[in-house]
Amino acid sequence: MKEHYIYPEFEVVRNENRCIKCRVCERQCANEVHRFDPDLGIMISDEAKCVNCQRCVSLCPTHALKIVKSDCRLRENANWSDETIKEIYKQANSGGVLLSSMGNPKPLPVYWDKILINASQVTNPPIDPLREPMETKVFLGKKPDKIRRNANGELITEIAPQLELSMPVMFSAMSYGSISYNAHASLARAATELGICYNTGEGGLHEDFYVYGPNTVVQVASGRFGVHKDYLEAAAAVEIKMGQGAKPGIGGHLPGAKIVGDVSRTRMIPEGSDAISPAPHHDIYSIEDLRQLVFSLKEATEYKKPVIVKVAAVHNIAAIASGIARSGADIIAIDGFRGGTGAAPTRIRDNVGIPIELALASVDQRLRDEGIRNNVSLVVGGSVRSAADVVKAVALGADAVYVATAALLALGCHLCRTCQSGKCNWGIATQDPELVKRLNPDMGSRRLVNLMDAWRHEIKELMGGMGINSIESLRGNRLMLRGVGLTEKELSILGISHAGE
Amino acid sequence: MKRVYVNEQWCLGCHLCEYNCAFANSGLSDMAKALRDKPIFPRIHVEDSGKIHYAVSCRHCTDPICVKSCIAGAISKVDGTVKIDREKCVGCLTCVLVCPYGAVAPGPSGAAQKCELCLENSCGAPACAAGCPNNAIVYEER
Amino acid sequence: MAEYLIIGNGTAAVGCIEGIRSTDPDGNITVVSGEEHHVYSRPLISYYLEGKTTLEKMRYRPEDFYEKNNVNLIYGRAVKVDTKKMSVTLENKKRLFYDKLCLCTGSSPFVPPFEGLDTVEKKFTFMTLDDSLALEKALDKSARVLIVGAGLIGLKCAEGIAERVGSITVCDLADRVLSSILDSECAALMQHRLEENGISFMLGDTAVRFEGSKAFMKSGAEVEFDILVLAVGVRAETELAKQADCKVNRGIVVGTDMRTTTPDIFAAGDCAEGFDSSIGQNRVLAILPNAYMQGHCAGVNMAGGSEVFDNAVPMNSIGFFGLHCATAGSYPEDAEMSQQKTEGGIKRLFIKEGRLCGYMLIGDVCRAGVYTSLVREKTELDEESIAEMKKFPSLAIFSAEKRSKKLGGVV
Repeated sequence: MKEHYIYPEFEVVRNENRCIKCRVCERQCANEVHRFDPDLGIMISDEAKCVNCQRCVSLCPTHALKIVKSDCRLRENANWSDETIKEIYKQANSGGVLLSSMGNPKPLPVYWDKILINASQVTNPPIDPLREPMETKVFLGKKPDKIRRNANGELITEIAPQLELSMPVMFSAMSYGSISYNAHASLARAATELGICYNTGEGGLHEDFYVYGPNTVVQVASGRFGVHKDYLEAAAAVEIKMGQGAKPGIGGHLPGAKIVGDVSRTRMIPEGSDAISPAPHHDIYSIEDLRQLVFSLKEATEYKKPVIVKVAAVHNIAAIASGIARSGADIIAIDGFRGGTGAAPTRIRDNVGIPIELALASVDQRLRDEGIRNNVSLVVGGSVRSAADVVKAVALGADAVYVATAALLALGCHLCRTCQSGKCNWGIATQDPELVKRLNPDMGSRRLVNLMDAWRHEIKELMGGMGINSIESLRGNRLMLRGVGLTEKELSILGISHAGE
Repeated sequence: MKRVYVNEQWCLGCHLCEYNCAFANSGLSDMAKALRDKPIFPRIHVEDSGKIHYAVSCRHCTDPICVKSCIAGAISKVDGTVKIDREKCVGCLTCVLVCPYGAVAPGPSGAAQKCELCLENSCGAPACAAGCPNNAIVYEER
Repeated sequence: MAEYLIIGNGTAAVGCIEGIRSTDPDGNITVVSGEEHHVYSRPLISYYLEGKTTLEKMRYRPEDFYEKNNVNLIYGRAVKVDTKKMSVTLENKKRLFYDKLCLCTGSSPFVPPFEGLDTVEKKFTFMTLDDSLALEKALDKSARVLIVGAGLIGLKCAEGIAERVGSITVCDLADRVLSSILDSECAALMQHRLEENGISFMLGDTAVRFEGSKAFMKSGAEVEFDILVLAVGVRAETELAKQADCKVNRGIVVGTDMRTTTPDIFAAGDCAEGFDSSIGQNRVLAILPNAYMQGHCAGVNMAGGSEVFDNAVPMNSIGFFGLHCATAGSYPEDAEMSQQKTEGGIKRLFIKEGRLCGYMLIGDVCRAGVYTSLVREKTELDEESIAEMKKFPSLAIFSAEKRSKKLGGVV
C-alpha cells in the first residue's frame, strides 16, 4: 500500500550565490538531506529527511543555508490544525503511537513569564554583587526543626547528610544511552568544575565517570538498570525516580539497537536487548513501600548520602509530596510537564502533568502547613530556562532547580525534537560513534561551565537588586514575586500578589 | 613556539579547515567571492580513511627536510616558521618529494605552498584552528 | 680558533657552512669558489633560460649570507693539498691553512672524445651558470639544437630553451629518456610529453662523429644542427682528494659522518661517494638535497659536533612542461610491483619484505614525500598498511598512535 504523501515540514533554502559547494552540509547531515550532484554541479536537498536541527546552517561557512517552515499548508482551519491533520495521516500510515522528544511544545501557559521579581528602592538598599560578597551556595537535605542539645547542654551539630551545591542548580537526569558518552562526560566534568551535581538517569554510571562521583547523583529507577553497590557508593546522592515530567505515569523504553557496547555493560543488560523501565516500581504501591526503598538505599550507603525521590508534577502533587516527605527521603525532586525526554509518546508528553510553577508553590505551601518543610529539600525541574526562572523558583520555595534542556542547548542541541531517531547531528542523543565524536567534551564542558557562570552572575544581580545577599534568604520569599495577567485562583495557588498590589 | 596540532579523535572530516585556509589565504574579505565556482588550494588537507579523519598541515619540523632539499633555496625557517618564498620557487616540487607528511603542495601558480600559520595574512593566527567546529585542530604551545 | 676551509661554493658548501655555524659560531670559515658568483642554485640554470627565474632569484642564499655567517669568500681554484702542513694552495699561489678541510668540489661534465668535436662551432656543456649564460647568447629562434644525452641535464636544458630555438633533437644511447630514474613505461610517458612540446628524440642512438654542423650517428643517420649541447654525464671532481691520499672510487669515499679516509678532511656533495641506504653501499648520489645534507653533516662534524647521515636514498622530482615525476629508492627485480594508472600518469610501488623500497610517480605527485619517507626510514609495514599505501600516500598508512605523534607532537 502506498503511504499517504505528506509534504515535508521544512524547506532547505540555499543561496546559490553564496554556496561554494564545500559539501560540509552533506558530510554533516546524518539524515542525508544534502547531496552534491556532479552532473548539475550544485548541491541538492531531499527535504523530506530534514528535521531542522540546523547543523548544516551552523556549519555552512558562507551562511548560504537556511531552513524554513514550509508554507505548503492545508486549508486553514482553526479547529483542525495542519499538525493535527498530519498526525492523523501519520497514524493512518503506520498504525503506531506517535513519538516525540524533548519538552511539551504546546502553547500552554508559562507561569515563569507571568511572574515578576521585586527590586529595592530607597528604603532598603540594593546590593552591588561586584562589590559585596553574595552567597549562592545551598545545602540540600533534611534540616533540623529546632536547636537540640545533649545531656550536657552542648549543641548537637550532627545533621542528616547534605548535598552541597555552589549554586542552586543541578543538571537533571539524562541516561547514558539516551545521551552519548561525550554528553555525559561534558556534564560530569562541568558539574565537577562548577561544584554542582549532574545526574546519571537510569542508565548506570560508566566506569570512566566514577572519578566524578562526588558531583554525581545516581538514579535508581523502575528498571534498576546499572544499580550495584559501587554505583551507589560512588555517588554524592541517590535518586529514586518515580516519574518524569515529560511522561508521567509511563515507563521508559530504550530500544535494543541502542544497547550496544559500553551502554550494555553500564546498564548491566545484554547487548541488543530492549531496556524497558516499567511504569511503576513493582515493589512500590504505597508511601510505606517507598519508605522501604529509601531506607534500603540508606542502609546500602551507610546513611552517608541523601536520598532524593523524584516525581512528575501531577494533579495531587501536594499530597504526594507530603507522603514522600514522611518516607524518610531527604530531597523531593518534582518534574514539571515541560520537562524534556529522549522519547515519549506525543499524547502523553503534550497532555499529561501540570506546570511546575503551580506544583512547586502548592507543595511548598502544603509542607509548611503540615510543619514538615524542613524534613526535605525541594528541587524542581521541567523547563527552567534562565537565571530569572531559577530566582523565581527559589522565591516560590525551591531549594534548587534541575536543568537539562538548557544544558543540552549549551552542548549544541537545537531542539529539533527528534532525539528518538538516534541520529542526533550534534552528537548528543545518539550512540553512533561517528556522531558522538561531534561533541568534544572539552568544548561541551566549557560551554556548560560558561552557561552556569553566566547564570550565577545573573542570579547575584537579581538577588542584589532585591537587597538579598544570600540565596537562603530568598527561598520561599514570595513577597519578592508579583503576578501579571493571572487569575485570582492562579495567584492564590502561587501564593503571590498581583503586580501593583 | 605555537604550532597547529591535530587530534584525530575529534576530527569530523567536515573539511571546513580546507575552506577556511583557502579563504584566509585568498586575500579577499568575502568567502563566497573567494571560493565560489573555483578549485581551492588549501594548505591543510583532510585525509579520510573509512571512519578515520584527520587534517594534515605543515608540522614546522625542528629539522625540516624541505628546507634542506629545496633546489632554489626558496624555503627557509624564520623564527620557527617554515616559509616558502614563492617568487624564488620554480615549482620543481622537490619539497613535495621529501615532506614526510605530504604537507606541501603546488598552489594555483604551480609554485609550492604550505601552511605558514596565517601569520602574514589577515587572520594573524591559523584560520583552520579558529574555524574548527570540534577543536580537533588547535594552535598552541606544546 | 678553528680554521675551516671549504673548497667549492655550491650547495654542499652552504650546507657545510650552516652545519659548522650550528655548532661553532666563532671559528674562521674560508670558502674557495671556482666560479665567480654568489652561491646560486645550479639546477635552476634551465629555469633561467626558460624565464622562470632571474639571476637575482637564483641566489641559493640571501645576499648577506657570507657576511652573516662570517665567511671569508675567495674566488680562485685550489690546485694543491698538503696534508702534512694542512694547507691548500690556490692557482694564484695563495696558501690557505686549515684545521678541518671539506671538499665540496662537485662534478664536471664528462665529454667523450668525439671525433671532429673541435670542428663544431657552437658547442656547450650544461652544468654551470656560465654554461647557461654562454648557451643563452647562442640561442636564436631558428637554431637547430642537438642535445647529446637524454638524462636530467639534457632534458631540462631542452625544456629550458624550447621556446627560444627552432628545433631540438635529443639523442641518447639508452633506449629511453631519464634512464637512470625511470623504467621504460614511465619514461615513455615523460617522452610523450616532451614530444608533444616539439622535442624530437633519437634513442638507442648517439653521435659518434662531428663535421662542422653535422653529426654522424651510430645508426648511420646524419643530423644537421646549429647548436650542440653535450649532456652525456658528469664526473666527480676528485683531483684534490687523490692528492690528499683519500680513498677515491667514482667519488671521494666518505663515511656516514662525511669523513674521508684522510684525517681532518671531509667531503660532501656531488664529488662524494657516500652511503646509499637504498642499496646498502656507497654510491655517488648527485642530487641537490643530498649535497646539502652531506654538507651539513660534514660541517657539524668538522666543528666537533656529531651528526650522522645514513639514510640517503636516490630521489628525484622533475617535471617537463607541466608533467611531474617523482621517484625514490631502488627497484630490485624481486620486489613486488604495485601499479595504478591514472589519467596521463602512473604510479608504481616496489615492495619487498614488507617495506617500500622504491617508487615512481608520473602525473599526480601529491604527497609523494610520504612514500619517500617510507623508503628513507625503511618503515616496516603490515598488510593493512601496505593496502592503505597502495591506495594513495597518506598518513593513514601509519597506526593511530604513530599518527598522533606526528600530528600532535613536536617533530
